[in-house]
Amino acid sequence: MLPALLLFAFVVLVPSARGIYYAFTDWDGLDPDFAVIGLRNFTDMLGDEDALRAVWHTVLIAVAVTVIQNGIGLLLALGVNSMIKTRNFLRVLLFAPAVVTPIVTAYLWRNLLGPDGAVNSLLGAVGLDSWRQDWLGRPDLALWMIVLVVVWQFAGYSMVIFLAGLQSIPREIYEAAAIDGTGAVRRFWSIVRPLLAPAITINLMLSIIGGIKLFDQVYALTGGGPGHATDTISTLIYKDAFTLGEFGYSIALAVVLTVIVAIVSAGQYTVLDRNERAAS
Amino acid sequence: MNRYTRRTLALEMVMIAVGIVFAFPVYVLVNLAIRQPSDTSSPIAPTTAPTFGNFTGAWREAGLGGALINSVLVTTASVLIVLAVSALAAYPLARSAARWSRGTFLLIMLGLVLPFQLASLPLYQTVRDLGLLGSVWSLVLFYSGLQVPFTTFLYVGFLRALPRDFEEAASIDGAGPFTTFRYVVLPMLKPITVTALVLNAVAVWNDFFTPLLYLSGSDQQTVPVAVAGFVGQFVSDWNLIFAALLISIVPVLAVYLALQRSIINGFAGGLKG
Repeated sequence: MLPALLLFAFVVLVPSARGIYYAFTDWDGLDPDFAVIGLRNFTDMLGDEDALRAVWHTVLIAVAVTVIQNGIGLLLALGVNSMIKTRNFLRVLLFAPAVVTPIVTAYLWRNLLGPDGAVNSLLGAVGLDSWRQDWLGRPDLALWMIVLVVVWQFAGYSMVIFLAGLQSIPREIYEAAAIDGTGAVRRFWSIVRPLLAPAITINLMLSIIGGIKLFDQVYALTGGGPGHATDTISTLIYKDAFTLGEFGYSIALAVVLTVIVAIVSAGQYTVLDRNERAAS
Repeated sequence: MNRYTRRTLALEMVMIAVGIVFAFPVYVLVNLAIRQPSDTSSPIAPTTAPTFGNFTGAWREAGLGGALINSVLVTTASVLIVLAVSALAAYPLARSAARWSRGTFLLIMLGLVLPFQLASLPLYQTVRDLGLLGSVWSLVLFYSGLQVPFTTFLYVGFLRALPRDFEEAASIDGAGPFTTFRYVVLPMLKPITVTALVLNAVAVWNDFFTPLLYLSGSDQQTVPVAVAGFVGQFVSDWNLIFAALLISIVPVLAVYLALQRSIINGFAGGLKG
């Protein structure tokens, strides 16, 4: 057990504790002389429009990704959990993006969504020329494009987890309800949904935490721009530390991120644990 | 519900259409990667005069050969270390009801909540002071620790659901804890080890943020940073960039297609804990 503990302490525990300490200092990452400045990094943050917007963007992306990705993932799972002949092929195809490096798929999409990209070509080909635009260059759209790319990549991930849940439901229960004349919607709501509770728990957990920590896709698609329209806490942490040299402030942002993750995890755990118990 | 009805056919059509939508970006990727830079036709029109020149150019310019070797090395070493130390740690954590065992488990589980951004900046200082910046071994060290909580969580969950009968039989026969672990427990851990291997390997291989910090400015690269650096350098030379992206995707997809069943089951099942 000791090697695991030592590695964990060296890489996670001790640096995290040091991080929390640095969050209360004005350290620039290099100078051994730095001062403890109390809560100033955090009070500065309240007056820092970029930071407040980054927090808002982070929450917005996490919620949008969670809702859309799991909605699509569930529909896909129901689709491939049927008698269709292409079900195995589609399962492999739809999950494939989830194993590919996110930074690579993000660069691919940066071109697809560009002014001369394939998305605009496609719109032109179907006669929607007026829709053509620089999808990542518009502050009001760029954030949603990031959501789109994440959902495209990970909807298949949600799908396989939902699928595992669906396949663990005994066929007899389903058939009995069908024989009793229960409609498809009712069958889904009253039988499938409660038995799917564990899969729902895992999926919501994974997508919301993943959404909160999102960095690669933002870095590659927009770099936080245009302006600061898509900056998230993670991209701001990177920029503040490595281009502005404000380590203390940057780590204070990381502490805020930690608190958000902790609140969401705890909240989700309580709510979903109750639901799972109610369902069983 | 086991018959192929007209409604099943309709569903099949819809799902195939969805599949085409999902695959569309990959079609464009391949289509542009084999296109000559002088060809300015629409990105969705099939390329008429394909070339492999982009691939040789990208391979030469992006340093993908060295990056692939580094990525294989880092992923293999990190995953082997993290599986070994986590399995060994999980056994006493799952089997002992002592107070220290529960406390240690909770401490390690804390690592599941702490985002790596919090630790990565102070650790950056430590790595710099140790002179390990720019070395792939700093990444091996980082992932070996970072992945401990999640991997231990998987093993402990699996072990707790495993009956103790075999271990008790072994101890009645006079086997010590190490012999029991090596010859009785370890063979039974195979399914969860496959899951942990898949999830860790994908996480380590695909990670971008850590090598971006620790390897920046050095000639050592992993595939994600090599690709990012290449995109930064050849900003609008998209045929070349797409060739580089495709080269970086092919090994991942080859492994995925070869081991699809284990990989999909790993992602789907392992997280049930």
